[in-house]
Amino acid sequence: MNHTKSNGIQVDWVKLSPWLCTIGLFLFWEIVVRLFGIPYYILPAPSHIAYAIYEFWDALWWNSIQTLWTTLAGFGLAIVFGLLLGLFIGWDKRIYAGLYPLMIGFNSIPKIAVVPILVLWFGAGWLPAVLTAFLISFFPIVVNVATGLATIEPEMEDVLRALGAKKLDIMTKVGIPRSLPYFFGALKVAITLAFIGSVLSETIAANSGIGHMMLTAQANFEVPLVFACLIALAVEGIGMYALMAGLEQRMTGWAHRSGFNR
Amino acid sequence: MNAFVEVEDVSLRYKAQTGNESTLAVEHLNLQVNQGDFIAVVGPSGCGKSTLMKLATGLHFPTSGAVRLDGKQVDGPVSIAGMAFQNPVMLPWRLTRDNVLLPMEVVNPHRQKIRRSRATYRQQADELLASVGLDGAGGQYPWQLSGGMQQRASLCRALIHDPQLLMLDEPFAALDAFTREELWCVIRDLHLQKQFTTILVTHDLREAVFLADTVYVMSARPGRIIVSRTVPIPRPRPIEVTYEKEFSDLTQELRGHIAEARS
Repeated sequence: MNHTKSNGIQVDWVKLSPWLCTIGLFLFWEIVVRLFGIPYYILPAPSHIAYAIYEFWDALWWNSIQTLWTTLAGFGLAIVFGLLLGLFIGWDKRIYAGLYPLMIGFNSIPKIAVVPILVLWFGAGWLPAVLTAFLISFFPIVVNVATGLATIEPEMEDVLRALGAKKLDIMTKVGIPRSLPYFFGALKVAITLAFIGSVLSETIAANSGIGHMMLTAQANFEVPLVFACLIALAVEGIGMYALMAGLEQRMTGWAHRSGFNR
Repeated sequence: MNAFVEVEDVSLRYKAQTGNESTLAVEHLNLQVNQGDFIAVVGPSGCGKSTLMKLATGLHFPTSGAVRLDGKQVDGPVSIAGMAFQNPVMLPWRLTRDNVLLPMEVVNPHRQKIRRSRATYRQQADELLASVGLDGAGGQYPWQLSGGMQQRASLCRALIHDPQLLMLDEPFAALDAFTREELWCVIRDLHLQKQFTTILVTHDLREAVFLADTVYVMSARPGRIIVSRTVPIPRPRPIEVTYEKEFSDLTQELRGHIAEARS
């Protein structure tokens, strides 16, 4: 007989907590807006936004899908090139030393400054959005993969090198598996950055996507719709993040259980 | 007869990471180890003990002098050596058994064979693990094992390819006293059974005297051998030996040499 209350219902507060907090936030928002009578063109109440979502559902859906695929296309490019460049940079200390400052410099450039150049080269549309998502999200992938490779324990390298292992042996047997947790960790960061990149580009030069829709809604003073777009972006962002986190857990569970790199 | 490991008048100068200065790690180092012998090298910290390991396994080359292994000049990695360190460095994504088999995937001629007959190799790894008291641990991940068990597995990894030379770099330094003594006996029994030549680098004088035929004392940097002391206690030695007078006298004597080397 256990000593919990015998009414049969066990509440898992840890699992329930995120839902309660989210609902609580929207309730608080609703109450504040109503209490202070904030006009909808400054800050619309959640109920107002919900109505806007219902009202513009088709357009919202279509533009969300548009943004989602440009983001994922950019993110996919970032994975491919990030992984390749990360492997290349992490391969050798000299390459690492030489290219790292360049990478930092490149990453320090605000990507918003790059979008006009991309538009100049490729015209307005989906291509600059894909490329911005790519440019903004590939950096964490490169850095993490390279770091994973560059921080192989020296003893491990000695054991293998003393046996006549080639660099390729060390990389495939130790370096690459070792950098996987870093890689999957980076994906979580990169996917949210990719959304920033694509929406950023859409607000500057595009004729579709959530960013473009927000800009149009703002011009028409449809403030609830602007917020509806923000909600749509948040939902997409959370969904993709959850997907990446699940993937990370699945692929590199050993790293969490073993206290790897703690 | 030529010694199995010959270090002849070796000096090694490291280039410092920054600036143009360089440090002399070892100087005029001479050492001979016969086939099947167990020697220990002790000395104050930073005396170049680990450098000796790297010289003997072909990871570093002397600035002057020569290192010969089995009569041949060491001019590259030597696959007849196995190594174990203070840190067991197991790969956490591999089962303990597959960690042990790692050298087999690198060293010839096993690297071709292991793909075809993985099962035979697995069995071989499990048998080796059982011989150091790790029955059934092969199917577990290294992080599921205790520190002492990981170190045993690390010894197995050093020995899986039947090396003729075993290099131990303070392999038991991070373990508690009881586990350490258990592992001394594990090493003693393995050495008795397989008769590989062993070079043990350690800080622990009792460990050195318990395990080795000859104990070498190195000077402070730049390191050279200042004392060579044969241990007359007959082998194999039971652990009780460590409480006898002859044993403690010998450790005392070596302690005196180390104190000299430090000053």
